[in-house]
Amino acid sequence: MTRPVGVRSEPLLEVEDLAVVFHGSRGDVEAVSEVSFSVRPGEHVALVGESGSGKSVTALAVMGLLPLRSTTVRGSIRYDGDELLDLDARSRRDLRGAEMAMIFQDPMTSLNPVVPIGVQIGEVLQRHKGLRKTEAREVSGDLLGRVGISDGKRRLKEYPHQLSGGMRQRVLIAIALACEPRLLIADEPTTALDVTIQAQILELLRELVSGTGTALVMITHDLGVVAGLCDEVHVMYSGRVVESAPRRSLFGEPRHPYTGGLLGSIPRLDSARGEPLTPIPGSPNDALPWTHSCAFAPRCGNRVDKCTVQTPALRGSEHVSRPGDEQALRCFNPLDTREAS
Amino acid sequence: MSIAAPTEPSGAGQPTPVADVAGESLLRGAWRRLRRSPLAIAGAAIVLVFVVVALAAPLLAPYEPASTQWAGLVTPQSVPGPATDHLLGLDSFGSDMLTQLIYGARQSLIVGVVSTVLGLSVGATLGLAAGGFGGKVDTIVMRLVDVLLSIPSLLLAVSVAAVIGQSQLSVMIAIGVAQVPVFARLLRGSMMLQSKSDYVLAADALGIRRRRIVMGHVLPNSMGPTIVQATLALATAIIEVAALSFLGLGDGDPAVAEWGRMLVAAQERFGNDPRLAVYPGVCIAITALGFTLFGEALREALDPRQRR
Repeated sequence: MTRPVGVRSEPLLEVEDLAVVFHGSRGDVEAVSEVSFSVRPGEHVALVGESGSGKSVTALAVMGLLPLRSTTVRGSIRYDGDELLDLDARSRRDLRGAEMAMIFQDPMTSLNPVVPIGVQIGEVLQRHKGLRKTEAREVSGDLLGRVGISDGKRRLKEYPHQLSGGMRQRVLIAIALACEPRLLIADEPTTALDVTIQAQILELLRELVSGTGTALVMITHDLGVVAGLCDEVHVMYSGRVVESAPRRSLFGEPRHPYTGGLLGSIPRLDSARGEPLTPIPGSPNDALPWTHSCAFAPRCGNRVDKCTVQTPALRGSEHVSRPGDEQALRCFNPLDTREAS
Repeated sequence: MSIAAPTEPSGAGQPTPVADVAGESLLRGAWRRLRRSPLAIAGAAIVLVFVVVALAAPLLAPYEPASTQWAGLVTPQSVPGPATDHLLGLDSFGSDMLTQLIYGARQSLIVGVVSTVLGLSVGATLGLAAGGFGGKVDTIVMRLVDVLLSIPSLLLAVSVAAVIGQSQLSVMIAIGVAQVPVFARLLRGSMMLQSKSDYVLAADALGIRRRRIVMGHVLPNSMGPTIVQATLALATAIIEVAALSFLGLGDGDPAVAEWGRMLVAAQERFGNDPRLAVYPGVCIAITALGFTLFGEALREALDPRQRR
């Protein structure tokens, strides 16, 4: 990871106090609230959380892909200084694919089964770069080569079903990066793949985005992915950010009990042989859990009385044992890492 | 007209999704399964024979159509039966039965195809508009289709015949218009379903224009059920042509051989010469069966849940 550190350019993406409300038949559901984060050019940021924590909804809100009729998005999403929530649907569509792109979780269903992959790559180039069909074809072949698919020109005629899952994800990455977007959102890009393929795809992503100044937002529940790729981590629980920290401090000294729980539940190379993993008890509860309490309180080992009567706020501070690292925490009784280690 | 209930419900509820897990293209997989299905082969064979007979009628028929030169042989009591010069005998007007049946196939094919093409093109256009635009367009179009669906097709046929006169054209229009709601609903339904799929979201995330997403992604994936329905609609149309003729609402021109009218003519003589009714009846039944078998096999072949 050799990116220039310390060069603090202006953020490319600034999400501030984002809230997403779904209007359902059984009333409104707040899927995301009080989410703030920013991404600078070249920076890799992770949104981490389990299913239902609101990380994908946050990504869809940034992309402008939430259905207009049934959702309300509040707060602010600024891209390159422009407020995206003020733009009309047409302008946002113009940005998608050209300025910001997204890679989805399931490469088996994210490609159209009846359209050759060459056409699917080409149509983005035709749409945003104004290329003609033959030019788009040429570029598409090169793009396939760049994502590690040999003999790209010939394979443009192939249909998605003729490719393996890993190959399809490579194609989707090629499509996403075709117009050299400045912001790339990857929503669990490796979840649907074999473990060996996962590593290859992550390596490919790292290769393609590093050095180009592409800002990457990685959405994942896999802390291994975070460790290998991201500078800044935002841990989400039940629609809110519970801890934000640079990767080193988050992995070294998690402060929120949830983060600690996530780290405790995965095996580590340096743990003793036969040492049991520590699962987080219970399961997430999404029935308005943040009103007058901490949503994680029912599952939390560090719970104090205050946790069940008051909603903790996200407070920023300097990291306890790493001066210079900023962090933010939503907890009344954080883990004391100095004592623990 | 409701001899064959309109075949709509068979596909409208669950349009065929196309995502292929097995790793074979949709059409190639469907073709492979079609070839292996005995019902599909039987259906296809019947359809093929029917089409060849209809197209090559002047070559195959032993005599000129509607030639009543043997009318003198027909007595009020009996109609001459099969003989060497008339393999299936004469009909009640003194024409050669085989010739009339062969030309009747031609008539059925023409009316069936034209009315199905009419119903398909109008219905699919409406369905495309509803499924593609959604929202208000969808509401307006589908209410229009509901209104159309609420008019009994027989009543429609009578009205059309009353307005433009009793002719082949009015039969085609009546049958075609009756098919419109089926095609409109079917295509709209599968487009709605496909619109929710991941590849549409992915295309949306790339800023692909709405129009391109609908025409280039949603529509090609939604056509399976509509293709199947068109095959089944041909069967329905052939039965309905006969039904309209039987009720005296068909093509008024007696010089045109038509299975339905042959049935009507056979009615009076059914006691003495049942074969007069049996021949055209069997022709109608077998042809409709052929198209239905083929359509059902096609549906199964296109249905990913039936993959083997």
